[in-house]
Amino acid sequence: MIQELSRYAQQVLFKPIGIDNQKTLMKSYAIVIGCGALGSVSSSYLARAGIGHIRIIDRDFIEESNLQRQILFDEDDMRNNLPKAIVAQKKLKTINSHINIEGIVTDVNHTNIEDLVHGADIILDGTDNFETRFLLNDVCVKKSIPWIYAACLGSKGLTMNIVPSTTPCLRCVFESLPKTGTFPTCNTAGIIGPIASVIASIQVTEAFKILIKDFKSLNKTLFEIDVWDTKFKQIDVGELRSENNCQTCRLNKYEFLEAKDGVLTTLLCGKNAIQVTYRNAGDTNIAQLAQRLRSTLDVSCNEFMLRFTVNGFGFTVFPDGRAIITGTDDKNTAKSLYAKYLGM
Amino acid sequence: MLITVNDEQKECSPGTSIADLLENLGIDKRYVAVERNHKIIPRTQFSEIQLLESDNLEIVTFVGGG
Repeated sequence: MIQELSRYAQQVLFKPIGIDNQKTLMKSYAIVIGCGALGSVSSSYLARAGIGHIRIIDRDFIEESNLQRQILFDEDDMRNNLPKAIVAQKKLKTINSHINIEGIVTDVNHTNIEDLVHGADIILDGTDNFETRFLLNDVCVKKSIPWIYAACLGSKGLTMNIVPSTTPCLRCVFESLPKTGTFPTCNTAGIIGPIASVIASIQVTEAFKILIKDFKSLNKTLFEIDVWDTKFKQIDVGELRSENNCQTCRLNKYEFLEAKDGVLTTLLCGKNAIQVTYRNAGDTNIAQLAQRLRSTLDVSCNEFMLRFTVNGFGFTVFPDGRAIITGTDDKNTAKSLYAKYLGM
Repeated sequence: MLITVNDEQKECSPGTSIADLLENLGIDKRYVAVERNHKIIPRTQFSEIQLLESDNLEIVTFVGGG
């Protein structure tokens, strides 16, 4: 323990932390959902700070256009078609070998989120869509797990702490899920790397405060910063908890968590692609599937995924049964393509 | 009358509610947090509250990227 503590000497010297709180951090369990621009930064700081157990969940593989801002990844990772969660786990272990780091390659949805977040002391939002954030809000309010909303676009970022039973929840502030295509995305409005680092840094600082229970110092506002205009705002949202009759934290209706649909489709941010998840897919044996499809299609695969193209539609299929279908932005077309080539 | 919205001065007619202002700006009220003179306004009051001369509004819009 003494040897381990010495690597955190400067953090321990920082008065609000000190030795006892450092020990608390070393016993804490944090989950990062989404390991893109935000998750790269937040998971790095959590690991360096010695958070004892870190789980990183992400469904994506590293692409060239990620490297501009997703600072955990490099060109080799991209060339090797590696999943972000696995690369994050591997790199963070070389940074801090004293902590437990788990990378999980899966899509977070209503079928698996309760299991995935079980036992967490805190969850850090690194997702890239509204839907997963509402789902995360549902599960955290239901299971009383603190989470920190964080999002960025262009040069602007937002963050807010959600401590169930204490602060307003995400839905107290933002009423409902924006319709597909009504909001700009990173693919339509672009993003510069520094905003993700700024927002994730604030998010991790708030996570330290929550983990060591320094609730007095906790930021109680919706915080917005624009690093291009060099402007920031803090809106005290505390009163919204009692004012708005929130579906989630006042009426305990978990609309996103209790979704009944067996087939989930998600339009992927500006990519002309749909992700299809089938609730009862179970584990897919990639090698067997490849063998089956090879009789009629040109299939390429590794242990993490399988790819093929048919009639202009590109399929990427993962071991958790999930598929990303490119060449369409229509959910029903994607569902029927999934059914046609992969079965349900 | 003159009001300030996110640090910019804007002209608006007396009797304009927060809901009217958001509609004029093309902002969907379900996806914003609005502060008027440093006080958060619950969305249930957006239609009731009429803006006054020199009101200072901060509007923060939901962001989904990451």
